[in-house]
Amino acid sequence: MDRPQTTKPRPSPVARRPSSGFLNAIGAIVWKDLAAELRSRELLSAMLVFALLVILIFNFALELDPLTRRVATPGILWATFAFAGTLGLNRSMAVEKDRGCLDGLLLAPVDRSAIYFGKTISNLAFMLIVEVVVLPVYSVLYNTNLFNPGLIVVILLGSVGYVAVGTLLSSLAVQTRTRDVLLPILLFPVVIPILIAAVKASSGFLQGLALTEVMPYINLLIVYDVIFTAVAYMVFDYVVEE
Amino acid sequence: MKPQPIALKVLNVVSVLLFLAALSMVFLYAPLEATMNYVQKIFYFHIANAWVGMLGFIAAAVAGVVYLVRHDQKWDIVELAAVEISLVFFLIAILAGSIWARPTWGAYWTWEPRLTTAAILEMVYIAYLLLRQGIDDPDRRARFSAVYTLVGAISVPITFLSIRLFRTIHPVVIGTNSAASQGGFDMTSKMLATMFFALFTFSIIFANLFWHRIRLGQLAQQVEQLKLEEIQ
Repeated sequence: MDRPQTTKPRPSPVARRPSSGFLNAIGAIVWKDLAAELRSRELLSAMLVFALLVILIFNFALELDPLTRRVATPGILWATFAFAGTLGLNRSMAVEKDRGCLDGLLLAPVDRSAIYFGKTISNLAFMLIVEVVVLPVYSVLYNTNLFNPGLIVVILLGSVGYVAVGTLLSSLAVQTRTRDVLLPILLFPVVIPILIAAVKASSGFLQGLALTEVMPYINLLIVYDVIFTAVAYMVFDYVVEE
Repeated sequence: MKPQPIALKVLNVVSVLLFLAALSMVFLYAPLEATMNYVQKIFYFHIANAWVGMLGFIAAAVAGVVYLVRHDQKWDIVELAAVEISLVFFLIAILAGSIWARPTWGAYWTWEPRLTTAAILEMVYIAYLLLRQGIDDPDRRARFSAVYTLVGAISVPITFLSIRLFRTIHPVVIGTNSAASQGGFDMTSKMLATMFFALFTFSIIFANLFWHRIRLGQLAQQVEQLKLEEIQ
């Protein structure tokens, strides 16, 4: 008996040309991460809740009267981003390793650095989403106007640098026994220039300092981003090879 | 373990003698500094240890890069030896500096650029050792350590410059604000001679300990290979 055709006959996969271009690979990895996250939302919810809890703790840790608030806001913001970012980096890589996705990616006929850039961009996306939520919440909770274009630029640059180094080091950390615990230990000493520059630049923009005073820190952020993206790109192969 | 080569035995003796010589130079040859008197004398060993610690870090980074290029396990041993020893030398430098700082600056610690960078450098060393602890596979351990040494080595100068930028634009009030708050002093030629001799002595001591540590590393590698063969 002839089975009724329920699906359109698909062309044989061999006939299709595999799109193994570098940018296509990066796009595929970013899309995979974002799609997976959209369905489960486990990573973003964890990062968001954690970030909000950290802000809550700071409320009790520091007496945030209006004057202290003005001085401490950049520091609190960046401490929050750093901790939540660590969470995101850890989970993102751990999921990759546990489900065997990393092995699958390594088998793909693309340059290994495509995996690095793909993961970095998706980690950056997650971190930016968290930051986009934290800023209005902080503004409301502490009655501080954080909608400052300069601040947005600093947050963007700082996040890029943080995630560039963080993705590399989380690829390292996830393959060790001590995993989650190790990433902050490896990451924080190395990422200090970003924290310094980001806090100072954020503070400068929030206090309305002249651009010339803030520029050294912006330059530092850009230099750090460029150097460490380049280093991570060169070295990533050694981290994931079997 | 292979018996110590003659050169190493000689180096052992030379290190001890040089150290005693440096010690006597510090106490007998170098003059007393005008304001700080005896407190200043720790300075000679403080500088020597800090310098040697920094050098060791650079040696570790270089060894790491060579390992990544050549995949020869002996460079991993060299890198670990350099980091472990530099960790201790640098720690001694920090402690000596703190002892010196207390009477001079009024505080054991300040957050000025060099000290902060020193603390961060120590943290990078310690993180390196923790990283190694967490990996069992020797090849993977060597690769990851080399990568981290490279990342750390590049970040530390950037950190120093960024902290300097941070502290010059917004000066921080350090404990005492007297004219001698920097703790600077002019050095007479005798002091300079003592300092350079101390530097030389500690470089020799570093080389000595480095050699011993490499030998220990080679032995550890043999033991580990035996263990791995046993498991298989």
